[in-house]
Parts: sequence; structure tokens; C-alpha cells
Amino acid sequence: MARIDLQDLGHRYPGGGDSWALRPMTMTWNDGGAYALLGPSGCGKTTLLNIISGLIAPTRGKVSFDGRDVTALPPEARNIAQVFQFPVVYDTMTVFDNLAFPLRNRGWDQARLRQRVEEVAEILELQADLGRRARSLSADQKQKISLGRGLVRPDVAAVLFDEPLTVIDPHLKWLLRRKLKQIHQQLKLSLLYVTHDQTEALTFADHVVVMSQGEIVQIGTPEQLFETPAHRFVGHFIGSPGMNFLACEWSAGAATIAGVRVETSSSQSPPAGAALSIGVRPEYLELASTAGPNTIPARIAAVRDQGIQKMVQLEVGSTLAWAKLRNATAALPSDTTFARLPPARCALYADERRVP
Amino acid sequence: MRLSGISYRAGSELWLRDIDLVLAEGGINVLLGATLAGKTTLLRIMAGLDRPTTGRMIVGDRDLTGIPVRERNVAMVYQQFINYPSLTVYENIASPLRVARKSEAEIKTRVTQLAQTLRLNQFLSRYPAELSGGQQQRTALARALAKDAQLLLLDEPLINLDYKLREELRAELTQLFAGGRTTVVYATTEPLEALQLGGHTTLLAEGRVLQSGPTLEVFRRPATLEAARAFSDPPLNVIPATVADGIRLPIASPMASEVLLGIRAHEFSLTGSAGQIALRGRVELAEISGSETFIHLARDDVRLVAQVPGVHDLPLNEPCTLYVRPEALYGFDASGQLLFAPET
Amino acid sequence: MSATKPVNQRAWWFVLPVLVSVAFSALVPLMTIVNYSVQDILGPDQAVFVGMEWYKEILRDPDLHGALYRQLIFTAAVLAIEIPLGITLALAIPERGWRASLTLVLLAMPLLIPWNVVGTIWQIFARGDIGLLGYVLTQLGVDYNYSQHPTDAWVTVLVMDVWHWTPLVALLSYAALRAIPEPFYQAARIDGASRWAVFRYIELPKMRGVLTIALLLRLMDSFMIYTEPFVLTGGGPGTATTFLSQYLTQKAVGQFDLGPAAAFSLVYFLIILLLCFVLYNFMKDPQ
Repeated sequence: MARIDLQDLGHRYPGGGDSWALRPMTMTWNDGGAYALLGPSGCGKTTLLNIISGLIAPTRGKVSFDGRDVTALPPEARNIAQVFQFPVVYDTMTVFDNLAFPLRNRGWDQARLRQRVEEVAEILELQADLGRRARSLSADQKQKISLGRGLVRPDVAAVLFDEPLTVIDPHLKWLLRRKLKQIHQQLKLSLLYVTHDQTEALTFADHVVVMSQGEIVQIGTPEQLFETPAHRFVGHFIGSPGMNFLACEWSAGAATIAGVRVETSSSQSPPAGAALSIGVRPEYLELASTAGPNTIPARIAAVRDQGIQKMVQLEVGSTLAWAKLRNATAALPSDTTFARLPPARCALYADERRVP
Repeated sequence: MRLSGISYRAGSELWLRDIDLVLAEGGINVLLGATLAGKTTLLRIMAGLDRPTTGRMIVGDRDLTGIPVRERNVAMVYQQFINYPSLTVYENIASPLRVARKSEAEIKTRVTQLAQTLRLNQFLSRYPAELSGGQQQRTALARALAKDAQLLLLDEPLINLDYKLREELRAELTQLFAGGRTTVVYATTEPLEALQLGGHTTLLAEGRVLQSGPTLEVFRRPATLEAARAFSDPPLNVIPATVADGIRLPIASPMASEVLLGIRAHEFSLTGSAGQIALRGRVELAEISGSETFIHLARDDVRLVAQVPGVHDLPLNEPCTLYVRPEALYGFDASGQLLFAPET
Repeated sequence: MSATKPVNQRAWWFVLPVLVSVAFSALVPLMTIVNYSVQDILGPDQAVFVGMEWYKEILRDPDLHGALYRQLIFTAAVLAIEIPLGITLALAIPERGWRASLTLVLLAMPLLIPWNVVGTIWQIFARGDIGLLGYVLTQLGVDYNYSQHPTDAWVTVLVMDVWHWTPLVALLSYAALRAIPEPFYQAARIDGASRWAVFRYIELPKMRGVLTIALLLRLMDSFMIYTEPFVLTGGGPGTATTFLSQYLTQKAVGQFDLGPAAAFSLVYFLIILLLCFVLYNFMKDPQ
């Protein structure tokens, strides 16, 4: 296990001109942590992952594991394991031989090797399949084998995942994700998980790194990203649907929407001249039938019963906002003409950034 | 449109068995089922790409069973982004109109209007390879819509897109198809996608129809345990109980002495009040998704998953109690038939 | 669901035109040959049924035994050289860029040359007096003369075939190699696999289908080799490069023994069919 440090790390692809696929960044991944890299396609998350595993040599900067500079080392010398989007197994080998492959390449003797493979097979619940041909297994089991080939190496510094659940059915995703978490707790491995799927990222990781256009936008716990997104992009990208942003004015030291003073969790004043908005999550936007503090005029535009929740679309001025009600079968107040923004649950955003 | 007694056999394998299905005209019909449940096979039969081994497909009072795809009024969109690589987005969308020999002016109006709806207007002169995945799939959708077919078949069209893009496009599609005159069939593996699309849902498993009806009705009143499982994400919690267990059931005297209780994950909470059912267990895992926590609880030899609001940092392997309202319980008999379901 | 393969009985109708044309182009001549092989043709309207007589005669012919023996050795040598060499070449072709295109064009050149021209090229190239290869070898003190020494002629034909057809194997293998997704290589690097292990456990299994095709093509083709030895030495010196097809031609055209020739062509056909069948089953996926 290892701590991973990135120092002034940046990458440009050849032929990509001056644009950074990954803007220079410095950060530390702690030993034994479960991290997720979350962002849309092309945000640079896979590039970053491949630099850490050594499949790509960065244009500038340094990668070190436990203080040891590994920037120039090839993947096989880095003690990392990687699980890819589409399961990679050695078709002609049995499950046992697949798991044993990295150890054989490192010259382990037969007895030790067998013991180790069996240990890992037990963790992954693959014991019954050890004698089977790897290619005959289902996608989720193949992904377990890919993971297993990383876990068999006792010296593995980190396990990297590149959208490993893409080809797995929803009900199996739950089981596989649970397995991953259990392995994390059992073996205290450093895990790094790349995905565009917020549910996977948030449920998997202790710390989520949100990326956009080659840049890290925010690093935080799932709770921080949800409750206090530092950037409008994070607010939009996390949560389903994303955060509502309602345009507002600044007058007499407070934010106002349609003349109503709105208290927010932001305590500072926004910079002058910035475009202002108030961000509030659909989960926290409340329907109201009477005016009051932090309560602004609104009109119900649409209601959708989605079985496990009810989505209400509100027209606030010229903006549309969603409110998410947990009880799908509860009746709505028929005379909803207002929406309330709970002060502790909303924040002021100046241009793109959250006002502290 | 009606399918009756459709079976499909390929070699020795029976891919579909005895499918009876009525599609709601001019609305979304979701085909929900796991991989290999038979969704794609059924879509191919509806399209006329394959001929069913047995059974008939009837539209209005016309039997379409043997009619090949070219003579049917049907459009299809696939998981992969399939466009003509050598044609611009404009020409891609225009292609079905050209086949139909529409006038140039008519084509222009229709393509512009579709591009507007699917937010492709800035990309009309580009080639598919120059577009992002989301734009490519929008182009494929626009082309399918341009055909103005009676029947539009979508085979997991969003599966290869990013989560956020999926969310946006799904919302757009729901709006686009609502109240249209096109009958849409939408295959997916995801229960939550079916709920967001609304309309009608048909649950498929191993080539059989488990249940079919308006989406919310199927969701809230699954006829069997298998149907309830197929339409739950997170997975349905199933607890065997005897009436003697002291759990207060929502009906006075169930027909059976042994009941399988089904509880959907979102019905649990961590705080209870009098009259609620308390389930004690050991925390195996707590996954935090920002606004919610997924609690994996081990209770004897049953594993439960609860989806509760808020962030709860529960210590692992410690005891924990989940509460559920008796009114939220589903009950199934030993053969899996629904005994009772929550009132709506 | 993407794994679902469409199975459609109607597809047979598409095959019908091919079946009909095959029937007329192959089946009818084949039946004629079957007809010839059991009759003694004495004149335009005179034929006597002789049963298996021609088959017995032909199978006892020592000339056939010699030709068959040479043929088997030759085909085995062709496969043993061209397949590994083709794979090696494919592995050496650059992955992309102008170098890849250039290599592919150069590699494909021999495939564009007609058989008899290939024969002529080598016939001249290997001549001791004016051919570059022959001259150089002679100057180096090698006693090389394909028109005199049976071994030299045999080896020359083999080299000619390798030169002509290895590029086909290389191009097919190259296409198969390019189709292997990058993560397979990345995973192998991370697993610490050697270059050999990557070849053995990733590249070779993924090339299996294509290699089966290449093997079958080269087996059938080399078994039917005719033009090159004919142009080079006319099957000589002696019978050194007389392979099965030339033997057949001598029988049918040279000696006009239609009955034995017909009997032999059927035997010839069965041998190729049998070899292909055995090879195909050997190469087929164990699943």
C-alpha cells in the first residue's frame, strides 16, 4: 500500500496543440483511501489514471509512491493493478491460471502460488469456478477475475478502476460494488476509481475528485460535494437532477429574488459585477402556499410521479426549477404558489463559484 | 398493436416463449428486463427483422407477421451510435425523407425542425465522427424521428452515454414522445429509467412476460415476487415471515400462514415510531451517495439494502435497527403470488 | 443483448443463386468426372463400364506415390515456414503512420503478380549465368543449378512460394492483431507478462480464427501448385518438382488417359477435403 503524490503533474497529447488534456496539478492520495475521479467524457480522468498506472508518460511533473519517484517506471515496475471498462481475461486459461498469471510472471513457486490464488479466490467468491475456462464466465465474474489478478500480488500499491461496472446489469452492480467495498475494508488497499456515474463515485469513495475539462474542480467527501458544491459545475453534475440555480440580485447586503430577501448559508458578500445566483438542491426546495421568509413566488409547471419519488417542476420567474418529494403518493398542496428555500440548504454563487 | 403467442426459437434455444402483449398506441412502452431477457429479440420481431417461430403480430386489423421490414412503417435506434459516416448531420437526418422522395423544401423544413428539437442546429454541417457521443445519438434519434414511423423502437439507446447526458436526453425524450402519434417501444435494463419514462411497462425475464401495464401500476402492484424483484433497484428486500412472528401485517388474516415480505429499499428509515416494524441486524456496509445512505444490513441469513435520506456514518459490524411502516409491505405466498400490496 | 445473433431461416433463399451456379459450375463437371472415372472411353460414342479399375490402377502407380510424397513434404514445408514467418512479419509491421502504410504496400506487392510471372521472375533470377541470385550463389562457390540438381529445383520452388504467399499470411495476421483492444496489452503489462507471454496468451488466441483461414488457404493452394514449377523446370529435373497437379495434367493432357486422370482427380479432391477437414477441426475453438 502506498501514498501517491502528484507534483505539478500535467499532460498534453501529441498533436493536441497547446491545450492541456490534464492541467498541471499537485495533490496527494492517502494510503488506504478509496478515491473516485468523477467527470464527463473527455475531462481528463482516464488520462490521469493512466499516468498513475504508468501507461502514459506525463508531459511534465512527477508521480511518487510513498515518496519514491516512479514517473519513469513502466507499469509492471509500479506494483499497481488496473481493472478496465471491458473485462480483460486470458481466454485460453482457466480462472486459476488467470489469477496465477501475475505470480508466475514473477517466478513464484507452485505451493505458495496455489495458496495465494486460493486465498484471493475465496475473497472474491470464485473458488467454485477455479477450474473453469475464463471465457465461459459472465461479465461480472470476468471483472472479478480482472480484479483478482491485481489482488493476488501482496505488494500491490493501489488498485485502479476504469469504469469497471459499465457492462454489468443493475442488480449485479449492487453485489459487485458491495464486494469492492468489503475488499477495501478487509485489505485496506488504496483504491482509485474512475467513472462518469455519480452514484458509483459517491457510494464507492471516501473522497471524490470532480474533474471538468482537464481540471480538478473540487475534492471532497460525498456529503461535501452534495451539500456544499464549490462550483456550479459540481452542483449540476452531482445529484439527479442537479442543483437548481435561481438568478438573484444583490441589494442592501442581501440576495433578493423577485424582491424577496433570501437568506443563504453564504456569509460573505459577493464580488461586485459578478453574475449572481442562488443554488438549492431539488431535495431541499419546499412547496408553500403562503408567503413568508425565504419564500418566493412560484408556479407548478409539471408533476411527475416516479414511483419512488415525485418530481415537481416549478416556474420561478423565468427559470425552471425541480423539487423532489420523497413521498411519491402524498398529495401536493393544491394552491402551491410559493417555494421556500431553507437558508441553511442554499448558497450564493458568484459567476461559477460558491460564495463562502 | 398486438402481439399474440409470440415464440422465438434459435437452434435449440427458446429465446421468447408465448408472448402476449398489447402496445399502448401513441405512447412510451418500456420493455424492462435484465441482459438476455429477450428484449432485443422482441424488438427485432416487432421491426420485422426476424420472423417469430409461432404467434402473430397484428396492427389494427392487419396481420403483419410475415411482412418484411422494408414494407413496414418502423424506425429503430440502437445502443451503438449508428449514423452514415460519410454524410453530414443534415444529410443523415434527411436520408429517410429522401428515400420517401419528399421535396427539397419539405426536407429542409422537417430537418430544421427536428434539429431544433434535438438541439443539433449548430452541427448540421458536421460529420458524425466530429460529434460527441451524445450528439451522435441525437442524430440517430433525429433520423429515426424524421421517418415519422408508426412504430419507433429504441434498444437501450442511452446505455453508452455518460450518466448526466443520459439524464438530460431521457428527460427530452420523455417530453418528445408524450402525446405524439408514434408508438414508442423502449428497451432498458434499468428500473429507474422505466420509472422516469413513465408510460406503460412490460417486465421480461428469460423470454417470458412477467407483467404488463401502466408503469406505476406495475411498479406499485407487482403480480408476483419475480415481477417485484425485476422492478426494484436497489434490489427488493425479501424476508420470510410467519404470522406468528408478531409482525403486524397490513391485512388482518393473510390466506397463508407463511408469508414472504417484500420491502423496497426506499421505504426504510432509521427512526421509528409506534406501530412500525423494527428489523434489527448488523451493518455490513454503509454507502453514502451525498443525499442518501445505502445501508447493507445482515439479519440472520438475510441481507437487506435500505436507502435512507441523509448522511449516516454507521460503524461497521455494529447492530442497527431499520424501521418500516406496515402499510409499505408487500406480501407474497410461497409460490410467489402477490397477497397484498401497499394502498395507493 | 448485443450478443444476440440473428438467426433467420429466410437467409437460405439468399444462398440459392450461389447453390445453383455452384451446381452448374462444379457439380456438373464433377459428375462428368465421376462418369469418366468408371468407364473406358474408346471413342466418341463408345464407352465400357470398368468399375473401380482405374482407381486400382492409379493407386498402384509409383509415379503417383512419388508425386504425392513430394507434395506432402512441400505443403508441410510451406505451412511450417509461411505461417510462423507471416506472423513474425505481422508483429514487426509498425502500428500506424506512414511507415505502416509503406510496409503494407511493399508487403502486398508479390500478391499482385500473376503466378506465371512469378515463375518467370524466379526462373531468370535464379539462373547461374544471368540471374542475380544464381550468379551470386555461383560466385560464392555454391554449386547451385536448379535445372540440374533436383534439390536445388525443389528448394527454389519452395522459396518462390514463400516469397509469393507469406505476405498474405502476414496481412491477415496484421488485421487480426490490430483488432485486439488496447486494454489487453495494458493489463498484460501490469501483470508483468513477458513479450512471449503476451504473444502466447493474448495475440495467438485472438488470431486463432484468422490463422485458421490462412492455414486452410495455404494448404489448399499449395496442394494445387502447378504454374511455378511448370514455368521453372517443367516439373524437373527428372520428377523433382512434379507435384500432384502436374502429374494429373500429364495423365490427362499428355497421355490422354482420361479414365485414370478422372479417377485421380477425385482422389485428389478427397485428399484435399480430408486434410482441410482435419486441419479445421484441429484449429477450431475447443468450445
